[in-house]
Amino acid sequence: MLNLQGVDAFYQDIQALWGLSMEIREGELVALIGPNGAGKTTTLRAISGLLKPASGSIQFLGADLGGQPAHKIVALGISQVPESGRIFTGMSVLENLELGAFVADARKAKDSSLKWVYEIFPRLEEREGQLAGTLSGGERQMLAIGRALMAKPRLLMLDEPSFGLAPLLVDQTFELITKINREGVTVLLVEQNIRAALELASRAYLLENGRIVGQGTGKDLLTYESVRSAYLA
Amino acid sequence: MLESVLQTLIFGILVGALYALAALGLSLVFGVTKFLNVAHGDLLMFGGYASFWVFSLLGLDPFLTIPTTLVALVLIGAIIYRVLFIRMVKLTEETKIKNTLLVGFGLSVILQNLALRFWTADDRGITASYSGVAFTLLGVRFPLVRLASLLTALVFLLALHLFLRRTYTGKAIRATVQDWEAATLMGIDIHRVYFLAFVLGAALAGVAGTLVAVNYSIEPSMGLNWTLKALIVMVLGGLGSITGTLVGGLALGLTESATSLLLSNNYREVAGLVLFILILIFRPQGLFGTKEA
Repeated sequence: MLNLQGVDAFYQDIQALWGLSMEIREGELVALIGPNGAGKTTTLRAISGLLKPASGSIQFLGADLGGQPAHKIVALGISQVPESGRIFTGMSVLENLELGAFVADARKAKDSSLKWVYEIFPRLEEREGQLAGTLSGGERQMLAIGRALMAKPRLLMLDEPSFGLAPLLVDQTFELITKINREGVTVLLVEQNIRAALELASRAYLLENGRIVGQGTGKDLLTYESVRSAYLA
Repeated sequence: MLESVLQTLIFGILVGALYALAALGLSLVFGVTKFLNVAHGDLLMFGGYASFWVFSLLGLDPFLTIPTTLVALVLIGAIIYRVLFIRMVKLTEETKIKNTLLVGFGLSVILQNLALRFWTADDRGITASYSGVAFTLLGVRFPLVRLASLLTALVFLLALHLFLRRTYTGKAIRATVQDWEAATLMGIDIHRVYFLAFVLGAALAGVAGTLVAVNYSIEPSMGLNWTLKALIVMVLGGLGSITGTLVGGLALGLTESATSLLLSNNYREVAGLVLFILILIFRPQGLFGTKEA
């Protein structure tokens, strides 16, 4: 479904990704793990078009994403929940969700998507008219995920959805991600909460210094010696 | 005495609404694109001349020249954006403000000289057939033209408010103001949003120009003065709030009229600038703005 081949990416003069190759198949829940500054967010930005890769190719469902602007990539079926949600705090919960369905295809299905999102997050329906800026941390994360789902994505990319949440909410968030994946949405999950992410994921990639240094099923990586010693000990 | 105070109040409100309309476009463009277009007052001047032309050539009622002025300013705005401002979309915010200032000043000189060539340096005005008509209530005069101008200004303020609140495009504009990168991730093409905001801003400047031509007079070098008024109102009201812009406009209008009454007409302009400096010192986010955004 999504295929990255030898992707290099830079922030000004600093190379952030080095020949990155990875693949996500339809229906999978893939985790991308690694320490701070490894290039996880950069990888998501390269896929979503916010950062243009310097070389390499990114293919999604047969389309070449390399040269496309970010707003067109959303229309192709890739939604991103950015780090810390980035909801529109000055707008109501409902307006945030409506904006999630901005692209033409999603807009046609807006009403049914809204029903679907409210089924997953009943709390958002209760808070529909409230300003998003008045929501609690957990509710903001729900809104950010709900907003991304409104675009009816084929691939949902989440950037550290557990960041800053209380432990109980972290568990709930991971359960919800599994549920969304079971409903047919392919998921690419970036996480620092490595144990939880590996338990959840069907497969995982380990990223260090902008390079893929390990991959396998979640269980493989959980028992992988270097991962154990570096992150789980 | 009471009558002259009331009269001052009324004239302050009438001119204040016009200031609000003049600032509306500048504030919209700055809020969305972070382009500080100092040629805004010159676009307003072109709006005045567009109406003056249609009024003189076709003999239409001054307020009926607004639609053609809107169309003319949309076109002018679109050309200016495509030729000049589009180059600055990708700059960082600080560089963007600096560069647009420079481009704006240059553009202002060009537009002034074009106006000199087309319409000469003479003062022009639009005189409606009913321009002397006023009705009197409690000894206070309400000139018909001023009232119609107030109404026009309020209609455009309300229309923009509803557009931003109720339509999908309006919501996309607000989302872009709050977080353009998150807006991009919604599938919003921010280049289109920028273009739309700029063109709308030009059109709003145009209508304000019509009202200036009807109430006062227009001449090619008037632009900077109106840019300044709009800037004061924008800072007074705070960014991103139409209510703030209206209140800012009224505050400036009332301060100016009160100064004329209490001191002398010569100090009108000074009063506005003093107000501007006070706000910058004590409430830099504006009366209605929030600290962030």
